[in-house]
Amino acid sequence: MEKNGLKRTALFETHTALDARMVRFSGWEMPLLYSGIAQEHRAVREAAGLFDISHMGEFQFDGPDALEFLNHILSNDLTKLEPGIGQYSLLCQDNGGVIDDLYAYRLGQDRYLLIVNASRLEVDWMWIKAQLNSGNKSLQLEMTNRSGELSAIALQGPKAAEIIAGVFPAAIEMQKNQIAELDFSGATTWVSRTGYTGEDGFELVVPNERVVSLWKQFMSLGPALGLMPAGLGARDTLRTEAGYSLYGHELTAETTPIEASLGWAVALDKPDFIGRETLAAQKQNGVSRRCIGFKMTSKSAPPREHYKIFAADGTGREIGEVTSGMQSPSLGYGIGLGYVESAHAKSGTDIEIEIRNRRFLAQVVKRPIFRKLD
Amino acid sequence: MSDIPTDLKYASSHEWVNVEGDTAIIGISDHAQDELTELVFIELPEIGRELAAGDPCAVVESVKTASDIYAPVSGQVIETNDALDTEPGTVNEDPYGDGWFFKIRLANPKELDDLLSPDDYGEQVNV
Repeated sequence: MEKNGLKRTALFETHTALDARMVRFSGWEMPLLYSGIAQEHRAVREAAGLFDISHMGEFQFDGPDALEFLNHILSNDLTKLEPGIGQYSLLCQDNGGVIDDLYAYRLGQDRYLLIVNASRLEVDWMWIKAQLNSGNKSLQLEMTNRSGELSAIALQGPKAAEIIAGVFPAAIEMQKNQIAELDFSGATTWVSRTGYTGEDGFELVVPNERVVSLWKQFMSLGPALGLMPAGLGARDTLRTEAGYSLYGHELTAETTPIEASLGWAVALDKPDFIGRETLAAQKQNGVSRRCIGFKMTSKSAPPREHYKIFAADGTGREIGEVTSGMQSPSLGYGIGLGYVESAHAKSGTDIEIEIRNRRFLAQVVKRPIFRKLD
Repeated sequence: MSDIPTDLKYASSHEWVNVEGDTAIIGISDHAQDELTELVFIELPEIGRELAAGDPCAVVESVKTASDIYAPVSGQVIETNDALDTEPGTVNEDPYGDGWFFKIRLANPKELDDLLSPDDYGEQVNV
C-alpha cells in the first residue's frame, strides 16, 4: 500500500494503533519507536522485542542452475549450504564495491531465497537480472521478486525461543542460521533463526494477509515474558552494539567487503565470482583503510555519522570518519563504527573523535562492541 | 497534545522563556522533548558567554540525533543547570521545571515582544 509516495507495510494500522512514531525509511513509512528507543532496546537485551521488517525484500530462485548462478554473483560459498541453512553474503560489483549485503538461504535442493535491504531492493533486482541475461548460455532458473506479497517480522531477544514456541513449537529446535518452512494457519511461513540485534532470535516471512494475525499472536503471548514492540531506532542501536554493518553507512558501492572487515563472508577459495579478482588482491596485499568498532574512553557527547577520526599517536593526523555513532543504551557511553587507515585499525588502538571542533579520546574495540556477560 | 504553560513565552525553534525581572530562564518545550525522544547528553553554554538572539548555544543529543538549541533572546549566561550533565532525562520528565537549561541576564528586554505567546506557539506545534 502506498500513501503520499511512501509505502506502508501490512502492519501499518497495527503500529498506529500502538501509537508508534512513524518515520520515512527507504521509501517506507516505518515505526521509529513505540514506547522509547532505550526502553525497547533494553527489552530486546533482557527479554524480547518484536520488529516489523516487511520493508525488506525477498527474491526467490528456482531451478537446477540456481546454485551455480547465485554462487557466481555472491561472495560467500553457497555450495556449503545444506537445504534449510542460510548464510550472510555480499553482492559485489566487478571492482569489489558492495551493491548490498544480504542473507542467502537454501530452501530446498534447487530453491534459494535472498533477503535484501529495502534501500537496495530495486538496484539489486536490476543488477541480478542483468547478470542473468549477460551470460552466453541459457540457465535453467526462475527468478521471482516476492517482496510485494510477503511481509516479515523479527522476534529477538533471550526470551524469543520461549515466545515462538507458543506459535511454532518446532522452531525451538532450530540451530543458528537454520530456516524452516512451517505452517501458520494454512500459510507457508519461513522461520529462520537469525537476526540483526546480537541476541538469539527468529525472523519470520509470511504472506501479507497473515502478518497481522501472527504479530497479534506474539503480542498476546509475549508481554508476560517482557516482549515489547520495537522500532527502527532500537534496531539501529542494537545492531551497532553488535557491530553489524548497515548499507549506506559501513557499506557502499565505494567500499569492499575486505575494507569493511567482512572477509569472513568472502569465499576466495571459490573458483570464480564477481569481484573475486579485486578482493583476492586486497586480501593478499592489504587495504589502506578498514572498518572498525570503537568506544569513547573520555566523557563526551555521542559520536555521530561523518564525524572525523584523528590519530592519537601525537601526530594529530586525520585518519578516517565515523559511519555510525550513538550513545550505547547498554553501555551508557558513546560507541560507533567507522573507517580508519589500516595502521590504526587494531583493537586497543587509541584514536580521537572530533565532536563540534573538540577532539575526544576513543579506542578501537573488537566487534561485537557490547557483549553480555554470561 | 503537548503541554504549553500559559505563563511562558516561546521561540518558534521550541525554547521557552520565563522572565523574572532582568533574568530569563530558558528551556525547551514539552513538544520539543517529545519530538527529540529520550535525551542522553546535553551540552550547555559556558557561564559568562554573551548570546545574541538566534545563536546556537546548546546541543541536545537523543539516542538517535544531535540537535541545536538557540538563544531565544540576547544576554549573558549567568547560570546553567549542571544537574542535566548527569541526568539529561530530566528534560524529558520535567521540561518546564527541573529540566531548565540556563539563565541569562537580558541584554534587550524588548526582544521579548518578538517571542510567541502560548496560543501562537500552540498553533505552531499542533497543526
